Amino acid sequence: MKRTGPVVFGFVIGMLMLIQHFTPDPWINDRYNDVLDWKQIVFGTTLILGVVSLVTHHGRKVARRGGGWAYSLLTLAGLAAMPAAALAFGSGRGPYLWMFDHVQAPMQATMFALLAFYVASASYRAFRARTLHAALLLTAGVVVMLGRVPLGELIGLDHVSAWILDFPNLAAKRGVMIGVGLGMTATSIKIITGIERTYLGKGA
Amino acid sequence: MKCARRLPGPEALTRSAWTAAILFALAAGAGLLPRQSAAGVAETDTLARAAARVQEPAALPPPGEAPALAVAPPPAGAPQSSGWLRRERLPAAIATLVLGAIILFFIGRARRGADLYIRRIAGLEAVDEAVGRATEMGRPILYSAGLDPMEEVATVASINILGQVARKAGQYETRVIMPNRFAIVMTVAQEVVREAYAAAGHPELYDPDDIYYATQSQFGYAGAVVGTMLRERPAANFFIGHFYAESLMLAEMGNATGAIQIAGTDSDSQLPFFICACDYTLIGEELYAGSVYLSREPLLLGALKGQDIAKVIILAILLLGTLLLWIGVDLTHLLS
Repeated sequence: MKRTGPVVFGFVIGMLMLIQHFTPDPWINDRYNDVLDWKQIVFGTTLILGVVSLVTHHGRKVARRGGGWAYSLLTLAGLAAMPAAALAFGSGRGPYLWMFDHVQAPMQATMFALLAFYVASASYRAFRARTLHAALLLTAGVVVMLGRVPLGELIGLDHVSAWILDFPNLAAKRGVMIGVGLGMTATSIKIITGIERTYLGKGA
Repeated sequence: MKCARRLPGPEALTRSAWTAAILFALAAGAGLLPRQSAAGVAETDTLARAAARVQEPAALPPPGEAPALAVAPPPAGAPQSSGWLRRERLPAAIATLVLGAIILFFIGRARRGADLYIRRIAGLEAVDEAVGRATEMGRPILYSAGLDPMEEVATVASINILGQVARKAGQYETRVIMPNRFAIVMTVAQEVVREAYAAAGHPELYDPDDIYYATQSQFGYAGAVVGTMLRERPAANFFIGHFYAESLMLAEMGNATGAIQIAGTDSDSQLPFFICACDYTLIGEELYAGSVYLSREPLLLGALKGQDIAKVIILAILLLGTLLLWIGVDLTHLLS
């Protein structure tokens, strides 16, 4: 039962979701919405597991004074402060909103802004023309970048840039997308039919 | 000059692109299923999103009335859903059935003991090297299953690969650290790693604290993974799953710490970043082949072979469709 139960359950739900996509039958669509509702319930319940894991992980680190324990302490403080502020003053005003607007949002924006520097360092490594492939990548990259600025338009590179994006680039992307579509379908079939069970644990 | 006249003009190329798009839709039956985002908001597939982008904005309602939903009406003559089948999804249904039949046929062949050749995938061959390197250096392995929830196929594929990686790590008695963005993924990963260590004969190595929940925030998660890299100094990093803008951040930081890096994603927009910053990258479908390739289980190899055959068929259809368009035979109306 431990082995077959989840597989049978997966088969029934998987087939239901698959059939629902191809039929307008209201009964099946209602069951589909039921599954989505249950997903939200399970998701909400597992948030508790997440919080327990977070508190345990960082709590142990603080207790042991492990490497970077001060960051863990800050994480736990944040975990406690945000809900406490929301419960005490409401989420639409007061300290909760202030912390969201002036602490969390700027930190996320800062992380996002760092991407520019990472792009520069990765491009530097990728564009070193050591091989024919790297040289082609460098040439295509330079042409596409120049084609997107006024100087490139002035010398007619915008058309070359558009051609690179619309034909060789798009063809490669479609090749990847076809492979991904097939891979997703095949993996889904394997899971629905119970052939692939690694995600249930090796012993399943 | 005669040859030059036979070359397709922009209109023919557009038709060719439409043929490719329609055939792609045929091939990727499951890809047409709506994706459920982490926030529970249904996202439509790539083609539908592309179509939605070109829709005209809805006219503003009269003052005092609620705005109407910006849903484009179906074009005149478009197939309507009736009875028990959505006729507009019939091609996807046929493609799914055909693909399923091919896969089941090859699974049957594998069951009968047929020898199935699978091409070498460098990124998966390097898993042993990465785990061995971490063992030699006495450092842990860092594994990230991406930013998608458990119901996404890429995450399931990643968890399948995690099982194989953890088993090898268990054989070499090496830790696997895994920060997670979703508690469900964390719970599944804990179970998979625990079972993998047990299968490798070292159940005592499993520490649930190594597979922990970080945060659901995208860049918060990136910060947690980067922090783990800097503090724990893993010798091998695995980024397997669906990633977004944080991919380069993770891969560049891993590169800076000197870890051997194996990435795999089905996100075509993030692939270039991984290719630039990682030692090995599983491109698109290779992500889904990972578990099969590493486990070498005959039944799963059969499924992989069926997938490859389906790809050959799609390629042949694409070539045939392009050829027909070049000679002036347009069959796209049969598919619309």
